Amino acid sequence: MPNKEAYSSQQINVSKLSLIRSERLILSDVNFSVKSGKAIFLRGDNGVGKTSLLMAIAGYLHIGAGEISWRTDNDNEEENSLIDNLHFIAHQTAIKPTLSLKDNLMFWCTLYGGAPEKVIDALKTVGLSHAIDFEAGLLSAGQKKRLSLARLLVANRALWLLDEPTSSLDREGDKLVANLIDNHLERGGIAIIATHLDLNIKNAKTFILTKTNQHGEIA
Amino acid sequence: MKAFLSILLRDIKLATSSFGDMLTLVLFFIMIGVIVPIAIGPDKDLLALIAPGVIWIAAFLSSLLALDKMFRQDFDDGSLLAMRHASISFEAIVFAKLIAHWLTSILPLIIATPMLALMLNMNAQILTYTIISLTVGTPALISFGAVGAAITVSLRRGGLIAPVLILPLTLPILIFGVSAIKTGTGVGTQGTALLILGAISLVTVAFTPFASALALKLTQE
Repeated sequence: MPNKEAYSSQQINVSKLSLIRSERLILSDVNFSVKSGKAIFLRGDNGVGKTSLLMAIAGYLHIGAGEISWRTDNDNEEENSLIDNLHFIAHQTAIKPTLSLKDNLMFWCTLYGGAPEKVIDALKTVGLSHAIDFEAGLLSAGQKKRLSLARLLVANRALWLLDEPTSSLDREGDKLVANLIDNHLERGGIAIIATHLDLNIKNAKTFILTKTNQHGEIA
Repeated sequence: MKAFLSILLRDIKLATSSFGDMLTLVLFFIMIGVIVPIAIGPDKDLLALIAPGVIWIAAFLSSLLALDKMFRQDFDDGSLLAMRHASISFEAIVFAKLIAHWLTSILPLIIATPMLALMLNMNAQILTYTIISLTVGTPALISFGAVGAAITVSLRRGGLIAPVLILPLTLPILIFGVSAIKTGTGVGTQGTALLILGAISLVTVAFTPFASALALKLTQE
């Protein structure tokens, strides 16, 4: 069952962003903005700084210069911090091999303040309903990726930051990711996705990062 | 609160599922108590005299051995990063992990203490004081350890660096821990060492979550 709950309207602005990691300039003068219901694909060669940009938006990295701002119509001040309103799916799957799939996901659900009844639904959606009580160590790389994607579904968060969400997935998995993102955008969410794949998503723009002029461009 | 408990329960579950690690730690602790009487010789009075020191040395070394486990796995598999945007603060998460670490790595040692008492010719009263002293003092020990573990979590061989890093900070715990066993409990000159030990524990446990969380955030940059 697709979730129909809508998010309040919001916008992310990245302006004149520069990033320095280990005394090296990774990105300089990056500008873009995304509104509710839109997605941005980050593209660029390996090592150009896609993951760093995602981590900076998530607030994990110290920003050298510029600004990342987030605006929302939600009046509830308690919920108005960006770090509480995002999902970040990184390369690492954050899965404990000795716990069952259900326990793995239930943990993240509780930690993110989601509703426990969503866990089973989420596992069904990502196609792991047959293995709910298996130990997660038995999963293949693609299945582990699916399990980590299920984290997106257990708690409602408006901003999705996805770093190579389709890595090690099969073709069905690629479609699944596209469907999840489409559904998220329809509800008024925002997605920023670093990927090399052409995912079929309607409301998406592409943002290209290049090494030569570290500025990004909207294509 | 639910999120806090979920971290606590998960860490305990993970620790008990690798039961071998827990057992190794306890055996290491007991091993020190076994080799000391053999090395010193069968002098019962001498053994009783040095017993408080030996037990604290054993607890100290065993707790250093377990330090690396506190954050290493969660750092390597990306869990720590995903915990950064939880519904509770990262500091609270670190605090929950600290409590879970005490319950799974230190509590088994305290439970195993009577076995050492047997080897070291301790009487019942000294044993009671030892257990109280360890219970009060070890939170401070792992608090300093948590800061060291957080700082070195990104280093491959961090397991050996963290203990060296925190060693100077933990010396007061050893000094007051041992004298708390010798002087006993209660207020007045007799129990002062235990009170100071308790104070050290309370202060370090209060500050550690913030220091460790900051160190972890910096290593993730």
